[in-house]
Amino acid sequence: MINLNDIMETINMISEENLDIRTITMGISLLDCCDSDPEIACEKIYNKITRLAGNLVKVGEDIEREFGIPIINKRISVTPISMILASSGGDPLMYAKTLQRAADATGVNFIGGYSALVHKGFSAGDEALIRSIPRALSETTNICSSVNIGSTKAGINMDAVKLMGEIVRETAEITKDRECIGCAKLVVFCNAVEDNPFMAGAFHGVGEPDCVIHVGVSGPGVVQAALKKCPNGDLGELAEIIKRTAFKITRMGQLVGSEASKRLGVPFGIVDLSLAPTPAVGDSVAHILEEMGLERCGIHGTTAALALLNDAVKKGGVMASSYVGGLSGAFIPVTEDAGMIDAARSGDLRLEKLEAMTAVCSVGLDMIAIPGETPAEVISAIIADEAAIGMVNSKTTAVRVIPAIGKKQGEELDFGGLLGSGPIMQVNLNKSPKKFIDRAGRIPAPLQSLKN
Amino acid sequence: MKTVVSVIGKDAVGIIADVSAVCNECNANIVDITQSVLQDMFVMVMLTEIKDLNCSFTDYSNKMKKLGEDRGLDIRVMHEDVFNSMHRI
Repeated sequence: MINLNDIMETINMISEENLDIRTITMGISLLDCCDSDPEIACEKIYNKITRLAGNLVKVGEDIEREFGIPIINKRISVTPISMILASSGGDPLMYAKTLQRAADATGVNFIGGYSALVHKGFSAGDEALIRSIPRALSETTNICSSVNIGSTKAGINMDAVKLMGEIVRETAEITKDRECIGCAKLVVFCNAVEDNPFMAGAFHGVGEPDCVIHVGVSGPGVVQAALKKCPNGDLGELAEIIKRTAFKITRMGQLVGSEASKRLGVPFGIVDLSLAPTPAVGDSVAHILEEMGLERCGIHGTTAALALLNDAVKKGGVMASSYVGGLSGAFIPVTEDAGMIDAARSGDLRLEKLEAMTAVCSVGLDMIAIPGETPAEVISAIIADEAAIGMVNSKTTAVRVIPAIGKKQGEELDFGGLLGSGPIMQVNLNKSPKKFIDRAGRIPAPLQSLKN
Repeated sequence: MKTVVSVIGKDAVGIIADVSAVCNECNANIVDITQSVLQDMFVMVMLTEIKDLNCSFTDYSNKMKKLGEDRGLDIRVMHEDVFNSMHRI
């Protein structure tokens, strides 16, 4: 029989330390739904999603019950809609509404993939889709949108960066009566991955199979609790503890993923080895960094601590799963992390530090509320900076900022639920990057040798 | 399929009897059982085979949960694979 202590450890992780499977995400290709009549294309999309994912929520709940592990979200990612729009035509909003209808019918939390990949330039459908994003996010509730504007191999499409600054602002404006929630469902990527199970950036890449199951794990609380038991160890020991803990967390993800794939009759894709925080106490990535010995997340030393954490999570998780992918690393979404919220409120965590942190962690500037007066070109410049970090370091970076229309620095936005709440952070608005952004064009792809 | 029934709470007379009664009622076979009392806390883990269950897994799990609520205990029913996968390579 299994060791009593092992059983108690697992139960404790779930009941006390917020261990959960953050998401089971079903990736569905919509490439075979194209049609010369956009209405028929939409019907095909609805039918395919509801046929393949009709059981997703039920299977998720069954596994949750039988295995005793909470599975927080059941989601769907689809082929970037801009590709379907390019071949089927019609009004992009029609596709957004079709996805919403499919989300309602299947009962999933989110469908991601109202997306466009424009890292080198716009093709047919891309620009129309991007321009429709504000309305699409305002008129639907469970649809997420992402746009990839750069990559290490292609460089950064600054035309798209300029446009996205305007789109982010417009999305905030159009949803200003709902805490600018539209922007929480919109992410701008550099080096976007094709198998990401996490929202808002999930889409089903063209290299993926027709239908596939991805799993995203979570468990910052478990890592923090494990580190708490080692108050005086050196950093090598801490890395070792994080690796061991990440291994256990990931095994759980692997188990749930393979079980879900078996029950749904869909191939298993990847486990995303992530530490995804929630606003709940004891589920914070910032608190892990503080447990390591930083008085507050965001002070000097934060980047180093985060680098150690991120690397150890990957090293531990890789051996626990047969296929690893997605974003894999520690997330630092400000409004979704109790420790980050506190650090941002006290002014210890600033936008500049967050930007540095994104060079060594999973993704990028995530869930950051910025003053409503921030002009589009500054948002574009924030996106360009972040994309440059990703492009040069061959990693995924992203920007999900929320311009809080009508609010100023120091006031708060409250989205509720997993999206959390947080203070509006300071943005440097003294001087303008307008001329740089207005030049547009493309930043050439970086050299991959002479790395200094 | 085997499940691990874990019971944690304040020690009292008849806990094992009550949990076993639910197993009996649902036709779950007790394969192994281990328990200890740490200070005042009662900790028991029971491995049950549920292939011949006479009700659905959900009913079985809910009955255990209800018993836990009635007696002020934390009772969980979990698939044994959770523990195997987490603690064995």
